[in-house]
Amino acid sequence: MPSLGADMQFGTIVDWRVKPGDAVKRGDVVALVETEKGVIEVEIFESGVIESLVVQPGQKVPVGATLATLSGDGKKLEPVTPPAAAAPVKQEIAPAKVATVPAAEESVRLRVSPLARRRAQELGVDLSTIAGTGVDGSITIADVERAAESVKTPTPPAAPAAKGLDIGAMRRVIAAAMARSKREIPHYYLSTTIDLSKALAWLAAENAKRPVTKRLLYSALLIRAVGAALRSTPELNGFWIDNEFKASEGIHIGLAISLRQGGLINPAIHDVDKKNLDELMESMLDLVNRARTGHLRSSELSDGTITVTNLGEQGVETVFGVIYPPQVALVGFGKITERPVAANGMVGARPMIDATLAADHRVSDGHRGGRFLLAIDRLLQEPEKL
Amino acid sequence: MSTAKIKTTYREATRAAIRDALLRDERVFLMGEDVGRYGGCFAVSKGLLDEFGPERIRDTPLSESAFVGAGIGAAMGGARPIVEIMTVNFSLLALDQIVNNAATILHMSGGQFNIPLVIRMTTGAGRQLAAQHSHSLEGWYAHIPGIKVLTPATLEDARGMLWTALEDPDPVLIFENGLLYNMEGELAADAGAVDISKAAIRRSGTNISLITYGGTLFKTLAAAEELGREGIDADVVDLRTLRPLDTATIVDSVSRTHRALIIDEGWKSGSISAEIMARIMENCFYELDAPVARVCSAEVPMPYPKHLEDAAIPQVPGIVTEARRVVTGHE
Repeated sequence: MPSLGADMQFGTIVDWRVKPGDAVKRGDVVALVETEKGVIEVEIFESGVIESLVVQPGQKVPVGATLATLSGDGKKLEPVTPPAAAAPVKQEIAPAKVATVPAAEESVRLRVSPLARRRAQELGVDLSTIAGTGVDGSITIADVERAAESVKTPTPPAAPAAKGLDIGAMRRVIAAAMARSKREIPHYYLSTTIDLSKALAWLAAENAKRPVTKRLLYSALLIRAVGAALRSTPELNGFWIDNEFKASEGIHIGLAISLRQGGLINPAIHDVDKKNLDELMESMLDLVNRARTGHLRSSELSDGTITVTNLGEQGVETVFGVIYPPQVALVGFGKITERPVAANGMVGARPMIDATLAADHRVSDGHRGGRFLLAIDRLLQEPEKL
Repeated sequence: MSTAKIKTTYREATRAAIRDALLRDERVFLMGEDVGRYGGCFAVSKGLLDEFGPERIRDTPLSESAFVGAGIGAAMGGARPIVEIMTVNFSLLALDQIVNNAATILHMSGGQFNIPLVIRMTTGAGRQLAAQHSHSLEGWYAHIPGIKVLTPATLEDARGMLWTALEDPDPVLIFENGLLYNMEGELAADAGAVDISKAAIRRSGTNISLITYGGTLFKTLAAAEELGREGIDADVVDLRTLRPLDTATIVDSVSRTHRALIIDEGWKSGSISAEIMARIMENCFYELDAPVARVCSAEVPMPYPKHLEDAAIPQVPGIVTEARRVVTGHE
């Protein structure tokens, strides 16, 4: 049982995607595992042939337990097993974010009684999955509680079924990770204001050439710039584990995604520095979609090497984030606002954004952090090169 | 404390209340059309003229404005008048006295003159008295600051509200639903004054709040019994007083049941039922599990023919159907 999140102690096999005798290769999804965060697709780390399934659907086992055995080239392997339950260190990642994006608008407005809406929030039930039985087909509190109940007791005895999210548990995970972050990590904060006029003008011109479905969001530019800037600042990209910093080769940027049913998760986009803008955009949309439908892969949940928080849509001007241990930095973006800027003796209105860095002082210092923000700024002044 | 009960009717309980007031306080007198020699249009004051004489049981001309005005003057002068108006329809002739004088003199006199006046009148349909006599306009009066509006439905309230109203320093209107006069029941032999500031829960339930008052209380209770047989457990709120409205009791009930149906013999538009819905929305919107609904009278002048009159006002089957719809989502 892999560790799929900070302080994860147990996981429940919801479903096997393979059976004994199946050939698998590294990266294949082999099982669905239920955690406090939802149902996660677990990838296998080694190639080979599935020999036996040790844990049956519905069974809850501690992190580190053997789920299945694998044979490859005649030798037995125990797949999928980072350390043990006791010390959930390696690649742990905490889902946390102070703000939630206001539940991305139901495309059709659902008929939900005020009481049912409130209860659904408390129980973390996704209203869009419920058929209402109330007046005019509205969703009532009974419908919500029935849905919550069926999530708790599905066919395989103890397994909370797909999409079941325990918001209370998620909150506890966030609480543990954030408390640990503030307890252990000596944060320092830097802020700079970046002129986005060139970036936005380039984006507008670029988007005008594209079909609607291929248009780029400015947040893709920001993430791309962060990814590129990290290449020259390895001190911000990696993990603090066992009292030392381990820089990461890959640049995997964790993205805070709010869930419709409440709560947040923070899956990573892999190898941001190696993706072009189109690939990045595609990854972002795919990740958001899968996060909201509960189909994330284990590596996405545990691989983030740094986090980007964009609270611009929430009207936030400046973000001072809390680092997700064991990461060592968090980049924040606020909203784009037109501000008066003096340049060349003239005052003009420019679209400006506050970019901030919260970083672990055990690993880097303000000098490096400042250069990192400067690098982001410079990259955004030449958007065509991104 | 006595537990002795007497068999009585709503009419007799009302008469007992008037008689009791006349005996208790010599400032009290009864005034209105046919209240003396005829014994009251609905026989409420039968026998009182013989007992108390024409000084205190006063027949008046057919002029609502004049005798309500006289009542206001008497109240200002220190008397405790009970003015009877035959039906709420006719009270509109005295609307100027009630709204522009009784309700406002305390304010306009800078607090010098209270108007301790009680006006009783009949309201409601169901007796084939047609559009001339059958409307339910008590909700209109509940709109007016400066007066209190009581709607006794039970024998206890018919017996007990009058004295409390007479003790009030300001004008109080009492609406007696005409269908209730013949209602029989048991009443404590020593029944007396009752509180008029609180609504009452007449039946406790958990699935829906049926909020009503006056003549529709008993239809609502009958509907609640029928709903109970279907497994729908209704809480029945008897408002008792329409102004000031006891919002706390309404909110408390709805917060327990999460659904509300208001039953009112008045029309819907701009009505007391609309006001109750608004208060629910203002005070406990997030407790609601279904849209608040109403069973009210059809928006027509009250028909004379029996079948049309029956169809125009709230009835038990209609209340049951609507409550079922609110609770289960289908009729």
